Amino acid sequence: MATPHIPCLRLGDPYVSLNQIEVTDYRDGAVKATVSQVNAGVIRRDLERMDEARAALCKFSTAELIAIGAKAGEIFLNGEVQIGVDGETQSPEQYIETLSSTSGLPHVMVKRNMDKIHYALTHMDVVLNGLTRGIDPAILDAGVGEQFGTQVCFYPTSKALGLVMPSNSPAVNSLWLPAVALKTPIIMKPGRDEPWTPIRLIQSFIQAGCPKEAFGFYPTDYEGAADILNRCGRALIFGDKSTTDQYANNPAIQIHGPGWSKILIGDDEIENWRDHIDLIAGSIADNGGRSCVNASAVVVPKYGREIADALGQKLGPVKPTTVDDPEAKLSGFANPKMGEWIDGAIDADLEEAGCEEMTAKYREGDRKVVTDGGTYLRPTIVYCESFEHPLSNREFLCPYASVVEVPQAEMLNQMGESLVVTAITKDEAFQADLLASPLIERLNLGPISTMKISWDQPHEGNMFEFLYKRRSIGMAA
Amino acid sequence: MSDLNQKVQEAKAQLDAHAVEIVKWHFSPETGSPFWLDWAKEAGWNPAEEITCFQDIVAKFPHFQDEWLRDLPNEIWRPKAYDGKPFSIFETGGTTGMPKQRIGWEDYKIDYSAFSETLSDEHFPRNHYWMMVGPTGPRRLRLAIEHLANVRGCSCYFVDLDPRWVKRLIASKQYDQARAYMDHVIDQATTILKHRSVSALFTTPKLLEAMAERKDLIKAGIKGVFCGGTTMDKQYTRFLVEEICENQIGFVPTYGNTLMGLARHRPFGADNDYSITYHAPQPRAVLRVVDPKQTENLVDYDTWGRVELTTLTKEFFMPRFLERDEAIRRAPWDNDPWDGVAEVRPFGAMEKTIVEGVY
Repeated sequence: MATPHIPCLRLGDPYVSLNQIEVTDYRDGAVKATVSQVNAGVIRRDLERMDEARAALCKFSTAELIAIGAKAGEIFLNGEVQIGVDGETQSPEQYIETLSSTSGLPHVMVKRNMDKIHYALTHMDVVLNGLTRGIDPAILDAGVGEQFGTQVCFYPTSKALGLVMPSNSPAVNSLWLPAVALKTPIIMKPGRDEPWTPIRLIQSFIQAGCPKEAFGFYPTDYEGAADILNRCGRALIFGDKSTTDQYANNPAIQIHGPGWSKILIGDDEIENWRDHIDLIAGSIADNGGRSCVNASAVVVPKYGREIADALGQKLGPVKPTTVDDPEAKLSGFANPKMGEWIDGAIDADLEEAGCEEMTAKYREGDRKVVTDGGTYLRPTIVYCESFEHPLSNREFLCPYASVVEVPQAEMLNQMGESLVVTAITKDEAFQADLLASPLIERLNLGPISTMKISWDQPHEGNMFEFLYKRRSIGMAA
Repeated sequence: MSDLNQKVQEAKAQLDAHAVEIVKWHFSPETGSPFWLDWAKEAGWNPAEEITCFQDIVAKFPHFQDEWLRDLPNEIWRPKAYDGKPFSIFETGGTTGMPKQRIGWEDYKIDYSAFSETLSDEHFPRNHYWMMVGPTGPRRLRLAIEHLANVRGCSCYFVDLDPRWVKRLIASKQYDQARAYMDHVIDQATTILKHRSVSALFTTPKLLEAMAERKDLIKAGIKGVFCGGTTMDKQYTRFLVEEICENQIGFVPTYGNTLMGLARHRPFGADNDYSITYHAPQPRAVLRVVDPKQTENLVDYDTWGRVELTTLTKEFFMPRFLERDEAIRRAPWDNDPWDGVAEVRPFGAMEKTIVEGVY
């Protein structure tokens, strides 16, 4: 196939910019696509037309849009979709191979991410039911109605949903999918190295019958990204703390930064820690350790060194294989400098007393390896004597976790904010403290992987509550 | 010899003769300026005698140091022939500390009168009103634009923007303040457009875009826009032409500064991917695109290099000043049979992020 050119989409219409970038293979630099880059003014002009985009979606009922979404899910998983401006199409196999070659994700992980997105699209009725807490879709269509014996009325909070997407994990696209059924146009800046999933999803929606006007796809610069975040009315941003901090106090912007997800073991279960090593290792390393729901700290009242050593034995030998290996566990870095930076940052902080890397002796070699031209970081488990150590509560784009010894009574005081906490305990008092904690977004009580999420219970922000507000209403009889 | 080759040769001959005349002027005790006469003494050679063509300037003069314009008193630049005539003082740069200053008398009028000849009456109607929205203050541009309007029988409204303040706001990361200041400028401009009849604008690309977001410029009666000041890459130019000016308002990009005057563009559009090429007002100013590591050498045509400016007027002689810009060297064309500079952007733009400001 000739190198496709992925255009910008302006209310669904392709627009080929005179500025273009190349998306390249992370190993040999081969060009896999060129992508149009638009100036911010283009986005600002199109935002003036969002009423048209919303009107196109409002011609459909929520139920119809849910059905269109389900069809789009099937197309996304199994279909041939247009990808290039000259009519180039892409099969699911080509999607997997291409995304793998530019993101560094092995095929098996791309496929897993595909399955997650497919599930979200084909179960949108369940997702919306969870997000709206059972509101009848017909009420959303009318904007007003009666449910649970009371009058309810909702109005949209924004003209569009802005998205500044990351490049590191395709499944994060599942977060914006409910917006389509909620009749909210999408204005998206894709990740620099990952245009593939957004464009495949958008084209699947259009192919399934969704109005093209609902989709704005704008590869752009910082100014364009800032306009998407500040001018849509509601927006999601993904990124590290330094990127997202500036929006921390803006209620119109939902931040998806580091998760700092954790596994806690209570005093009552700590003697059984060996039973949970596989679950802990999976929470740390599944999906290449790249998700915000991957555990990055294991907090235990004792046996910290032993637990860290057991995790080291299990994860230390993991090494890169081939991208099509169904057992592949590690992802390469699309930007090798990122891998080098992480490797250096971990080594630098290991110099500080109170911490020991437990994977090194089981790894036989360096953490950073270059295989077939791709840069990889092998799993890293560190034992920290306390949360005072700089490596105790860190998150990196690779399988990484600390094991920290903290008395149970101090865990909640010391662990900080956490997207997901899996608490392995049956202690009812401890469970009550955990349930009452404002520091935890999603709580798993019992031995459940931090990676397990519930589509009908958002672990990070409720898209319905983000895009709609309830209004008090009175209507004359 | 083709017509173009003939024109190129004629232009070269004209430039050589002009270079000799201007160098003689600045390095002769009867007419020259104290700065250049002293410079020649220290340099140990006499340009008035040894410069026989423009290429001699390239071969024999070092790069002009613009710090001289900041550190030395203004009168040192006054050619003796202008003794007794008060001069205008124009400033450039100067975000902090002492700005660089150039003195002048009639140069800007000559440059902009000549430029007027390149403007169409359709897009820049005569005997009407203009508005400039951009840096006025101590800049030559303010007087130059008013003169240009006057030459065409027009009067001009002015809305000032102080780029020094904007740069300080951005440097101190006060983005909200920078945005508020820009809104303040645009408020004033749209108020003029609402209450007065204006057919032509001079402004910067960003301000033009911001005005268009607040006001339908076509409905407001704007027929032509004369634009310069910051980088316009191909996509941005296309956006300004197609979407801001909606292919109806005449869009005239320019490249210029206090030290040069005004370079005009040659035709551009969809057929050349909106690549803008500028040609200096030769022989009064010469733009060369040089190898940054070997600045006496030109780069090949259609290749990136650093922009070097030589100004050759009786008021001001400035040999081989290295601009803080890079550009693609373009071949001569019929209307300007000398080299052009295309797709001008800050020097090193590909290697580092350069903030040009919100204006």
